[in-house]
Amino acid sequence: MNETLFVQLLDLACGGLLLTAVLVLWRRELVVIIHVFAVQGAALAALVGVLAVHEDSIELGAVAAGVLVLRAGVLPYLLRRALASAGEARRETRPLVNVAASLLTAAVLTLLAYAVSRPLVELAPSGLMSPATQAIPIGLTVVLIGFFVLVTRRRALSQLVGFLLMDNGITAVGFLTTSGVGLIVELGVSLDVLLAVLVLQILTARMRETFGDTDLDELRELRD
Amino acid sequence: MITLLAPIIVPVLGALGYVVAGWRRSTAWVSAGSAVLVLATAIATALDVARSGPRTAIAGLLRVDALSAFMLIVIGAVALLATIATPAFLRAEITAGRATARTATRHSVLVQLFLAAMALAVLAANLGVVWVAIEATTIVTAFLVGQRRTRAAVEAAWKYVVICSAGIALALLGTIVLNYAASRAPGGAVGLDLAALAANASMLDSGVTRIAVVLLILGFGTKAGLAPLHAWLPDAHSQAPAPVSALMSGVLLSVAFYAILRVKVIADGALGTGFARTALAVMAIASLLVAASLLLAQRDYKRMLAYSSIEHLGLVALGAAIGGPLALAAVLLHILGHGLAKGVLFLGAGRILQVTGTSRIGDDQGGVRGLAARHPVLAGCVGVGVLALIGLPPFSLFASELGIARAGFAAGMGWVTAAALILVLVIAAVLVGHTSRMLLGTPPDGPGAATTTRHLPWPTAIALVGGLLACATLGVTAGPLSSLLHLAADTLVGAR
Repeated sequence: MNETLFVQLLDLACGGLLLTAVLVLWRRELVVIIHVFAVQGAALAALVGVLAVHEDSIELGAVAAGVLVLRAGVLPYLLRRALASAGEARRETRPLVNVAASLLTAAVLTLLAYAVSRPLVELAPSGLMSPATQAIPIGLTVVLIGFFVLVTRRRALSQLVGFLLMDNGITAVGFLTTSGVGLIVELGVSLDVLLAVLVLQILTARMRETFGDTDLDELRELRD
Repeated sequence: MITLLAPIIVPVLGALGYVVAGWRRSTAWVSAGSAVLVLATAIATALDVARSGPRTAIAGLLRVDALSAFMLIVIGAVALLATIATPAFLRAEITAGRATARTATRHSVLVQLFLAAMALAVLAANLGVVWVAIEATTIVTAFLVGQRRTRAAVEAAWKYVVICSAGIALALLGTIVLNYAASRAPGGAVGLDLAALAANASMLDSGVTRIAVVLLILGFGTKAGLAPLHAWLPDAHSQAPAPVSALMSGVLLSVAFYAILRVKVIADGALGTGFARTALAVMAIASLLVAASLLLAQRDYKRMLAYSSIEHLGLVALGAAIGGPLALAAVLLHILGHGLAKGVLFLGAGRILQVTGTSRIGDDQGGVRGLAARHPVLAGCVGVGVLALIGLPPFSLFASELGIARAGFAAGMGWVTAAALILVLVIAAVLVGHTSRMLLGTPPDGPGAATTTRHLPWPTAIALVGGLLACATLGVTAGPLSSLLHLAADTLVGAR
């Protein structure tokens, strides 16, 4: 793969990541949000795949396949199952921050991510990985948007998506900075995320049993 | 090699045993046996490390030095207290209809996996594996927190998983950023090996390391219950079953703090001592403020104990911020002393909840009052436990708080230390006030919601009294532990 094509594909994948994160903020139907999340998983896998081809690394290629299966397949499937059992509550009706303000916040968060990650980008040596490190702020933006979704959404399922957005962003930063943190850690992290989502899915079901709905406004029992 | 693996493998085998055989009369004591083995191998490992230095196993994935060995002892000791009291606790829950044999089985399986994950966290040589293990503790304890399936318990479990997972995701990002700094270090890639990172810290890029350290301290600080991301702790610790609260409050918080201690060594090497010190001191004072302000009007005694845990982790963070061998030895002693005292208190609180049926501190409308008249032994243990917790001699928390305060004034952090001490005094007064309202006075009329036998089951009594005795003995003399404490503190200052 020549250098220009590599940079273009990399930018395309990163653009996909950012666009899908913003779409999650924009749309309110939970079904659509889950679709968008699956697309983002595919974009993340594409990102890893591009890096794999560029570095001629079979191991990284295998990781890309794993990312695709987990983040565009298994996790959206789990979310869809959680939604299917939810019945009526399929829309994020009253987020704490309205859509227009959320989108503005996303712009601010992007600027913040660029400002914060300057030392990271500057540390990049000119040469081999440089275009990848230039894209680190994108990964960081996705993390921040995920965190924002987590704290401003009221549906349990939207919060779950927010957590997973954060995780996608972190994974992207991981692959953009270096080619990962070692296979054992990578596997452990993926397993932890998968299990955390399973636990949260079971908890949403239990919340529905005990609260009747998963609007987190209902969570008012415990406070001081 | 075997002693290194045993603290992880024994609880995993225990969990498998419960999966196969279920929880019943004959297997009720397996978890206590597993805790005994963990404690025994921890002591053997500590002796070994003190004699012949750090050791590694499985191709460098596990590494034990004096600090890891000490943390293993803390895990083993508090686990022993909690598991001794568990059979009687579960039996009472089953009798009261709040649990079934299946719940008890699942409880035992998850507690064993919880122990294994904590042991892995302190034994792992790689920061990434430490992260994986600490996140794994969140996953296995989620269902323990929500075990009772009431509204409050499910809510607590949800908050616990969401806040802790999001918080610890920050630590993952920090780990990745640190890995990046390490891979760009001149002189070759260092990787995420903790010992290698600490040794080569001065070669890391300071700008990138600064970002990594902030993320790591915030992230692991969430799990350690430090402000500003402490909101999950009172809910989770008050809703979890008593033995699990004892473990979560007594050791899980300190295991998460152990990760911060490791990060601080790297931060000190790369950025000088000032950076991590400021971050930790701010979090420490914020935690103490949160604990003091929310304890004042506290109505629930399990939440009261939870806020006291935030206070003590705040003190531990302050000690770590001060740094230096004296303060760090005091920090480690504080971790052990707090683990024992808080373990005893949560077990006692669980028993109080079982015999009275309410978790409210007594007032005019009801709640727990006059406990000493009806349950003298239980009330005595809880009363003495609170005295230990507020740092009265002869208990070890007195010695460790004194050590942290002295080191603070000596290190030129006089104002911060003085502010912390004032907050600690306020909290002590509040705790004594709340506790005396529970223990003293006339008991409420009528039999109340008493659902269990009046007598304290003897294993619970052994756990309560034993924990307090251990805490008091440590306060009088740390004995052979003191050399381990100093060795461990030395690994943290980098003067090996």
